[in-house]
Amino acid sequence: MSDSPAASHTTALEIASAVCSGQLSALAVVEEHLARIDASNNEVFALLEVTADEARAQAAAVDATVAAGDPVGPLAGVPVALKDNLCTRGIPTTCSSKILDGWRPPYDATVVERLAAAGAVMVGKANCDEFAMGSSTENSAFGPTRNPLDRSRVPGGSSGGSAAAVAADYAPLSLGSDTGGSIRQPAALCGVVGVKPTYGAVSRYGVIAFASSLDQVGPFAKTVADAALMYEVIAGHDPRDSTSIPKPAIQVSEALGRGVEGLRVGVIKELNADGELAQHFEPEVLAQTQAAVDALTAAGAAVAEVSIPSMLYALSAYYLIAPAEASSNLARYDGVRYGNRVEGAANTANMMIATRTAGFGPEVKRRIMLGTYALSAGYFDAYYGKAQRVRTLLINDLEKAYQDFDVLISPTSPCVAFPLGSIDDPMTMYLNDICTIPSNLSGQPAMSVPFGRGAANMPVGVQVFAPLLGEANMFRTAAVLEEAARS
Amino acid sequence: MTETSSTTPAEILPSATLLDAWTITSDVPAEPSVLPEGWEMVVGLEVHAELATASKMFSPAANEFGSEPNSNVHPVCLGLPGTLPVVNGKAVELSIRVGLALNCTVQRCVFSRKNYFYPDMPKDYQISQYDLPLNIEGWVELPSGHRVGIERAHMEEDTGKSTHIGDSGRIHDAGYSLVDYNRAGVPLLEIVARPDVRGPEEAKAFVEELRAIIVAVGAGDGKMEEGSLRVDANISVRPAGSNELRTRCEVKNVNSLRSLGRAVAYEARRHVDLYEAGDKPVQETRHWDEEGGRTRAGRSKEQAEDYRYFDDPDLLPVDPSPEWVAEIKASLPRLPRERRHDLIDLGADAEAAGIAVARDLDHLALAASEAGTDVARAVTHIVNNLAVDGAADLDPSNFAELVKLEVGGKLTATQAKQVLSEMVETASTPSDIAAARGFEAMDSGDLESVVDEVIAANPDEWARFCEADDKVKGKLQGFFTGQIMKATKGQADGKAVAGFLRSKSS
Repeated sequence: MSDSPAASHTTALEIASAVCSGQLSALAVVEEHLARIDASNNEVFALLEVTADEARAQAAAVDATVAAGDPVGPLAGVPVALKDNLCTRGIPTTCSSKILDGWRPPYDATVVERLAAAGAVMVGKANCDEFAMGSSTENSAFGPTRNPLDRSRVPGGSSGGSAAAVAADYAPLSLGSDTGGSIRQPAALCGVVGVKPTYGAVSRYGVIAFASSLDQVGPFAKTVADAALMYEVIAGHDPRDSTSIPKPAIQVSEALGRGVEGLRVGVIKELNADGELAQHFEPEVLAQTQAAVDALTAAGAAVAEVSIPSMLYALSAYYLIAPAEASSNLARYDGVRYGNRVEGAANTANMMIATRTAGFGPEVKRRIMLGTYALSAGYFDAYYGKAQRVRTLLINDLEKAYQDFDVLISPTSPCVAFPLGSIDDPMTMYLNDICTIPSNLSGQPAMSVPFGRGAANMPVGVQVFAPLLGEANMFRTAAVLEEAARS
Repeated sequence: MTETSSTTPAEILPSATLLDAWTITSDVPAEPSVLPEGWEMVVGLEVHAELATASKMFSPAANEFGSEPNSNVHPVCLGLPGTLPVVNGKAVELSIRVGLALNCTVQRCVFSRKNYFYPDMPKDYQISQYDLPLNIEGWVELPSGHRVGIERAHMEEDTGKSTHIGDSGRIHDAGYSLVDYNRAGVPLLEIVARPDVRGPEEAKAFVEELRAIIVAVGAGDGKMEEGSLRVDANISVRPAGSNELRTRCEVKNVNSLRSLGRAVAYEARRHVDLYEAGDKPVQETRHWDEEGGRTRAGRSKEQAEDYRYFDDPDLLPVDPSPEWVAEIKASLPRLPRERRHDLIDLGADAEAAGIAVARDLDHLALAASEAGTDVARAVTHIVNNLAVDGAADLDPSNFAELVKLEVGGKLTATQAKQVLSEMVETASTPSDIAAARGFEAMDSGDLESVVDEVIAANPDEWARFCEADDKVKGKLQGFFTGQIMKATKGQADGKAVAGFLRSKSS
């Protein structure tokens, strides 16, 4: 086994290949990443919890397997960071909320089990907006994460810690969750690749729910190929999740080299320069998106504009459906069974009220109230019911678009990473998700690929949408954009 | 309908219009009313039945009564963050079995969340069914023949159990509370009946019938005392014969059939008393106080509970295929109602058939039928002589033989009863027992000579017997029968004796 410096191996594919062949020890890899974490995490605060001991033990186990000549998984020795809403057995899992401070799950999420089985090494739990509610990671009860590319700026959110962990090379791969853009938007703002798989492609078992019909776990990576590798490890049917698609994972890696010759690419009018929402987009973001479209045309794709009018109502529908589900999903944090409890209340009801009042931050409370209202007798049809009808309309519109197109393109975020504390109005913050929310509502996959720089020289992300289980074409397109962005 | 059972329809019904209404259920003997004249009660029952599955509704934890507190738990039924429910297919199957036995339509159904905060409910919402339940629109036929409509029978999960430690045993002034989550997530079928029940006895008969159905189809054990069958009663009253539905109260904490009857009678009477005093009941949940023999208002709610139902996004709709439903239907056993009708069709009377099926001894009567003997006689034995331990173990062919011997005149009714009793204890055959006891069929000629001897020995009584009116005749017949029985050591057949006395006196 070689002690050659791990620094020459920077992607997950390179690390796994070197570890697997015995050129590189998993322990050396993890030590190098732990050293980087040690050097700057107190400033960047991508990780809430650094699991150094567990990481070393896991890495040593991988090395022992390699030494014994036994087969190792496709992520052998690859450090990973996990968003703190993914349950990790015996390791604090808080959703960046005071109400779960110190809670240690007695079980691993399915995705955590699958990563471990693939030989990945967990280096820590990543910071996020509390219960994944936010677009800047400023809603974490434990303090904001800073963008590694400019520490005065946010990394995006809610999976800001996971995005920052990859951008700062604390790990070549991380997992986030995406309910309205929480993987893709921080990926764009941190200049990394972020994937929201088809709803049901990746198990939600052990993923602490925000909005169950929208939540989906997916990878962050430095390259499209690494993201594809991680996707293949975590996707595939899980009988513990009833909404999991009863099919094996789509093998996306093999599609990566195929180019986009003849692929039908639709540019979404409503999320572009001449759309009704254009005033919300930074010009540099629109310009980079146009450059990406041009690159696809140059690569042989059949590009045309497509109009999806119901996209204009997606944000409104989302901010009824997601809070409604959240109001129910977050009811269990009542101080009775786990997490924090405010002592001294006169009776059970008062204990629950005091616990929830002290335990939840303002954004979580806002959404619980919104959702409770939307589901209330007398308002249900006007709010939740109507939002569900808009959702159906959007799905129909998108399905119609996919009769003519294989993938769709838009910016990932209307803006580049913004300074910490610069957005204090919730509505303005919600607008960060206008490009990403539609695919959560439709259940369709989408991913963000870094494409050039925008204002303040911060990265811009371009988003590729695909129909249900259309991940192969999505990754294929992303790979072409990645290549074009490098040149 | 609420009048006493001794009156006939014609006597209590003043008009032809009402007679039509009556004839719809004219085979139903009305039970004695517990309400003052002019009032009738309207009772809608809701029954929660725990399903006899190995694991819980959505979790792999064991579904088992009486375990150490918090031992039958799993992250899923504890509602731990990140866990997800997965539907127990066996629970669906058992729910369909009950639904079909209740003559319901089985349909594509959706799970919904019923949101409210309570410490023994781990997620602070209950997974239930709301606008699309599994079973809809059925009915239950009571032994009386009356049919009670079933609105729906839907699947849901049970809550845990709280024990409040403090003065009153109630949550709002408890010092502290202990929660046992063993029951949390146990599969339940909630059966909602239409308000078709009109009295406490009928309420009991309905629950008894439902319990028999649930046990018969193998869906549950129906034990009210262990809480595996729980009954809530929605009760209101109205002027007899009207169709209005007045304010109802839901009575909970009814833990036995006896309590159910008492609670229904009490609550209906309370409503009548309120109306008659110029007052009226308020819609509320009330708790049955078994010791006090009364219902008590629960903690008053400032506003109606809003459960904010919505479809559970963690679960897919359940859409049982017609093939599966047909397969389940074909696998159902004969239901209590069908078994009663089997006996009635063979000549038993309805009430006796009901008792025979309730005792689960109708197979004995069917054996008698197969042996070609009198089913009504067999059912009479089951009703009169087999309310005893061990009756279920009787060999059906031995029982049939006994009935045959009796009907064929080989044993008197008295002898048959004695033999039957010994059959239950010893499992011997009726002919062996009869032989051992010296029970022999008395020849008709032998009996006639005994009768003649007794008449000759009592000439005065005989003369009076021949001339007497019915009343005196009855007494004297008893005298002669007694004498004849004494002379034959009880081996004479009572009917034959009566026949001789009648023919010789006229």
